[in-house]
Amino acid sequence: MTTIELQGVSRWYGNVVAVNDISMTIGPGVTGLLGPNGAGKSTVLHMIAGFLEPSRGELTVGGAASWRNPEIFRTLGLVPERDSVYAFLTGMQFVVATAKLHELADPVAAARRAIETVEMADAQDRKISTYSKGMRQRIKIAAALVHDPEVILLDEPFNGMDPRQRLQMMDLLDRQGQEGRVILFSSHILEEVERLSGTIQVIVGGRLAASGDFRAIRRLMTSRPHVFFVRSSDDRLLGSALIGRPAVSGVELTPRGLQVRASDYGTFTRELAGLTRDSGIRLRELLPADESLESVFAYLLAS
Amino acid sequence: MSGVLNPVVLRLTLRATMGRKRALIFAIAPVILIGVSALLRLTANSPVWPPEFLGVFGYTVVLPLTALIIGTSVLGAEIDDGSIVHLLATPVRRLSVVLSKFTAAVILTIAFGAVPEYLAGAVATGPASKLAIGLFAGALAASVVYNALFVLLSVVTSRAIAAGLLYLLVWEGLLGNLVGGVRLLSVDQYALGISNSVAHNASLHAHLTLATAVAMGVVVTCVALALAARRLSSFSLKGDAV
Repeated sequence: MTTIELQGVSRWYGNVVAVNDISMTIGPGVTGLLGPNGAGKSTVLHMIAGFLEPSRGELTVGGAASWRNPEIFRTLGLVPERDSVYAFLTGMQFVVATAKLHELADPVAAARRAIETVEMADAQDRKISTYSKGMRQRIKIAAALVHDPEVILLDEPFNGMDPRQRLQMMDLLDRQGQEGRVILFSSHILEEVERLSGTIQVIVGGRLAASGDFRAIRRLMTSRPHVFFVRSSDDRLLGSALIGRPAVSGVELTPRGLQVRASDYGTFTRELAGLTRDSGIRLRELLPADESLESVFAYLLAS
Repeated sequence: MSGVLNPVVLRLTLRATMGRKRALIFAIAPVILIGVSALLRLTANSPVWPPEFLGVFGYTVVLPLTALIIGTSVLGAEIDDGSIVHLLATPVRRLSVVLSKFTAAVILTIAFGAVPEYLAGAVATGPASKLAIGLFAGALAASVVYNALFVLLSVVTSRAIAAGLLYLLVWEGLLGNLVGGVRLLSVDQYALGISNSVAHNASLHAHLTLATAVAMGVVVTCVALALAARRLSSFSLKGDAV
């Protein structure tokens, strides 16, 4: 069974620490590497792919160190974030060329199979320069899949995709994971991976902040404390009604309206409408307070 | 084990380099070279102009600049735009990547630099003249050594064209004329040395013997390519913006 192993891996640039003492084991199935921008996700992925040297620690893919070791690409496929491919080639030519670089016995058959997997057969003879963002992403995945690798790394594969493309991509990753491959992808938006099952590794500030089953982390996400601003026909009355609810942990009258701290995001949003109706209060405005991704991830870190 | 040259990399590189609509730009200097030679042939009476013009303008302007543009782009363009990752995310040996890129650059430089140099020589003094053949031999050598140097520059720095121009202008152009020892490490001198060994023409102003020029050319080429492969093996992607 192929796994990715990180043992006390750090990476720094001068005085700046990008990745700080991360240890994890990533096995078959889908694993998401989540965290805000600049958290160190790409640094981790690049180190796993052998495109960055760890400053300290042990990093192996299938038992072999990846730095300065192109041989690992026999078992590893990489889907880079940047969109630059040989745009003058057709999709088919690009994947066949990749198959030849891997010295596959039958590059054309392998390319057909990979293109079939990402459902790009219809567009395979068009130049990549004419592809949409989602199609480019898929043809890059076909190229990464062409040698049937046991490990696939994807850097921000959902970037710039519309919801439908995102669903297709999640299905594709799920299927690859179910076939027993190690699928590791990075993302900075938790919500965009809601349909994926599997494991999540949350990275904040270069450290491994949380890890575990995706559903558990998602429950934490929806039950996280949340601040709302509410304006209504009678803020004081609404405030007194709200403070009686278990999902609310604090209420404050402010010039902007009522500031409500909800201890449970999901329950609060479900209960608010019924509560105002029962009290005969008209709800004028409900605004979630500006919430940075960092604070969401910081909450996960504390949990 | 992959071979030393990778035909897929070679073909892709030729296509990418020619397809960038740069082929037209590559053609400008050779056209000037051949055109001016034809013009001088018709108007000039002095027998000295062919070696002077083709040795100076051809060897210190057309050839090095053609090699500079081609040599820094075969690998450098892909490093700049990130598409090199697709090539490096395969088990192809890094030395093989460098040699294939280098070979593509040499082929293109011969087509757009060395062949025009021969044609201009042929226009000036006849297709079988010692001068034309000598100039061609020197230009072939220059295509090889310059590109090894410029491919190395493109792996080492993202400002390869500026670094290459600096080398050509300051090292070869200025210091090469003032300090004798510099000529031992100047590619244009290797080319002149080789071409003079065939042409035997004092107006070429060659300073190196054939043996020295060839030996130094081989050493510089091998060292540059080995360093480039070594550097490419440590190719790093930027991590997160920190």
